[in-house]
Amino acid sequence: MATLGMLDSANLNGGQKLAVKYFTVAIVLFGAQILFGLLSGLQYLYPDFLYGVLDFSVNRMVHINALVVWLLYGFLGSVYWLLEEESQHEVVGLKLGNLIYWVLTAAVTVVVLVYLFVQIGPGKESSIWLINEGREYIEAPRWADIGIVVSVLVVFFNVAATFSKGRYTGIAGVLVLDMLALFGIYLAGMFYTTNISIDQYWWWWVIHLWVEATWEVMVACIMAYGLMKVLGVSRKIVETWLYIEVALMFGSGILGLGHHYFWIGTPEYWFSIGGFFSALEPIPLVAMVVHAVFDAGARHAKNNNHPAMAWLIAHAFGNFFGAGVWGFMHTLPQINLYTHGTQWSASHGHLAFFGAYATIIIAMFYLGIQRWRGGTWMSGDLPGNGWKWKWALGLLNLGMVGMTVAMLVSGYVQSQIERAIEGSTWMGYFAAQIHPWFVQGMWWREVFGVMFLVGFVLLVWDLLTIGKGESRKMIEVSNAA
Amino acid sequence: MATSQWWASESFWRKTAIWVTGGSFIALILLTMDTIPQISTGSKRVPAYSVINYRISYKFDETRHVQVPVIGAKEPLFGKELNEEEAEALVKLGKLTTQSKNCMNCHTLLGNGAYYAPDLTKSWLDQYWGTKEVREVQMLEFIKDPSDKVHNSMGRRMPKLEITDEEARGVVAFLKWMSSIDTNGFPYNFKSIEQEN
Repeated sequence: MATLGMLDSANLNGGQKLAVKYFTVAIVLFGAQILFGLLSGLQYLYPDFLYGVLDFSVNRMVHINALVVWLLYGFLGSVYWLLEEESQHEVVGLKLGNLIYWVLTAAVTVVVLVYLFVQIGPGKESSIWLINEGREYIEAPRWADIGIVVSVLVVFFNVAATFSKGRYTGIAGVLVLDMLALFGIYLAGMFYTTNISIDQYWWWWVIHLWVEATWEVMVACIMAYGLMKVLGVSRKIVETWLYIEVALMFGSGILGLGHHYFWIGTPEYWFSIGGFFSALEPIPLVAMVVHAVFDAGARHAKNNNHPAMAWLIAHAFGNFFGAGVWGFMHTLPQINLYTHGTQWSASHGHLAFFGAYATIIIAMFYLGIQRWRGGTWMSGDLPGNGWKWKWALGLLNLGMVGMTVAMLVSGYVQSQIERAIEGSTWMGYFAAQIHPWFVQGMWWREVFGVMFLVGFVLLVWDLLTIGKGESRKMIEVSNAA
Repeated sequence: MATSQWWASESFWRKTAIWVTGGSFIALILLTMDTIPQISTGSKRVPAYSVINYRISYKFDETRHVQVPVIGAKEPLFGKELNEEEAEALVKLGKLTTQSKNCMNCHTLLGNGAYYAPDLTKSWLDQYWGTKEVREVQMLEFIKDPSDKVHNSMGRRMPKLEITDEEARGVVAFLKWMSSIDTNGFPYNFKSIEQEN
């Protein structure tokens, strides 16, 4: 065992060594996401900024693709992180897992470079295969799609085989089935069709069934593991909760897909199906808040990793408000007719992705760094009273809430002026975009975006330094695992 | 003991999770099987590509209380009537162009995409193009080089995306075809270009 407080990979098991590699790339891409977000936001204020060099479309594409990929890296890292502890067995194909990590990372790098330096191609299928598929969130060219599918299948078999050889827990069962669904659904986005209604029908299978179903269940698994680790909650409690959450999440989320089928050419019965089931979607998110807060309270919040616990709580609330409340606000067709495709969607998207996913992966980063340093003390009474993690937590969350509210204000203006009054024409669009209230919202978004960036810098600094030279061991929490 | 209650037991919720997930997924499959034929090309809601040979307008429907696309008199795009195959080839070129030029990361199509530029769902019918006589030429010119065409007071412009003449025609065909899709009244209250003779 290495010295306490030193970064030493001898402190990690095989899966965890691979996990920290995934986490490292995730943090780098998180930074890229923020940077390109700020650039796109600035172009709303100064349209000539980088015009013809890095146009809005490019910056925005990198912004959202970095998001998707860093969260996926966060998930894969989290799965490898918990794999050996959960299964009580070594990762069966660790070498292959490492190879796939490098292949995937090389592919991501090439895709980003092509996005930035090639940007667009001629109107041929070869452009879709080599440059950019031009479909929001899944722009990655087809060759990369195939690479992604092969890679994630290897990860899947690695995880399933490890659980099969070792211990197959409740978390393992949910995780394996969820990963199968998550990766399988990606196939629905891998074909070309000229019919845009059919195109968007299947495109939403990928986007919605990821972020509002399989990703939610993925983070529910991570949450279950996290609460056992940080608070020492018994396995029986977290696994029962996990099943409740899966039932509620898939019960509302799968048919909640209908709320994307209001306006793309699909029949009118989707109004009722989409409206009803998506109205239910916040319920599992409330359950998660109750779960996390109740467990923390029942243990008198006595835990071995204060930053991780704080981010788990931020996840519970962020998921509920961002995905649940902000989603519900404009999910019914009667309001969505006016808000669909406006800054409302951007407002919801920001708080939901951050609240539901970024937060819990940050919690995993803190679990990771604690173990990597040999299991150091991370409860109260940290050097400097832990100001770095606390300020990072505050700035990131406030920055995000600020951006969300600013975009919501712009969204109100846009849905009123462009949609309700001007009738959604070209001129109506610009009548809203130049309205001072709209522009104010865009300014505040940028200001809070900078605040978010400062929070991110502090977060990285904290992750690099927390526990350094610490001589106290972490608190032992009772664990029935 | 609360844990002895059936409704608090692990096995009850595990079974519930499996049944609810399976049931929802089967329901989604059945709904998909019903929806796909209704949105296939040539259906009532999503017309065949040869619809670009006709006038398309967007009119208020008294029973549904929203605007719906109406296919009218013969009005071939660029003055040349195309058969189904030719129309499909042209619209396909346009759709491929919108994807390879990454239109969706500034514009929305059917309301989906980014919010930096106007929605394109009914852009074929937009008053911005002036009159229906000059519309096709205006659209072609704009798509090929929008960089010198200032159309708003804040200076936001579309970049020049190296779109060829033929690709631009394809994009216009795609936009005309897209405007014929029945989108349940989205966008609402749209003010169309004057098209009557």
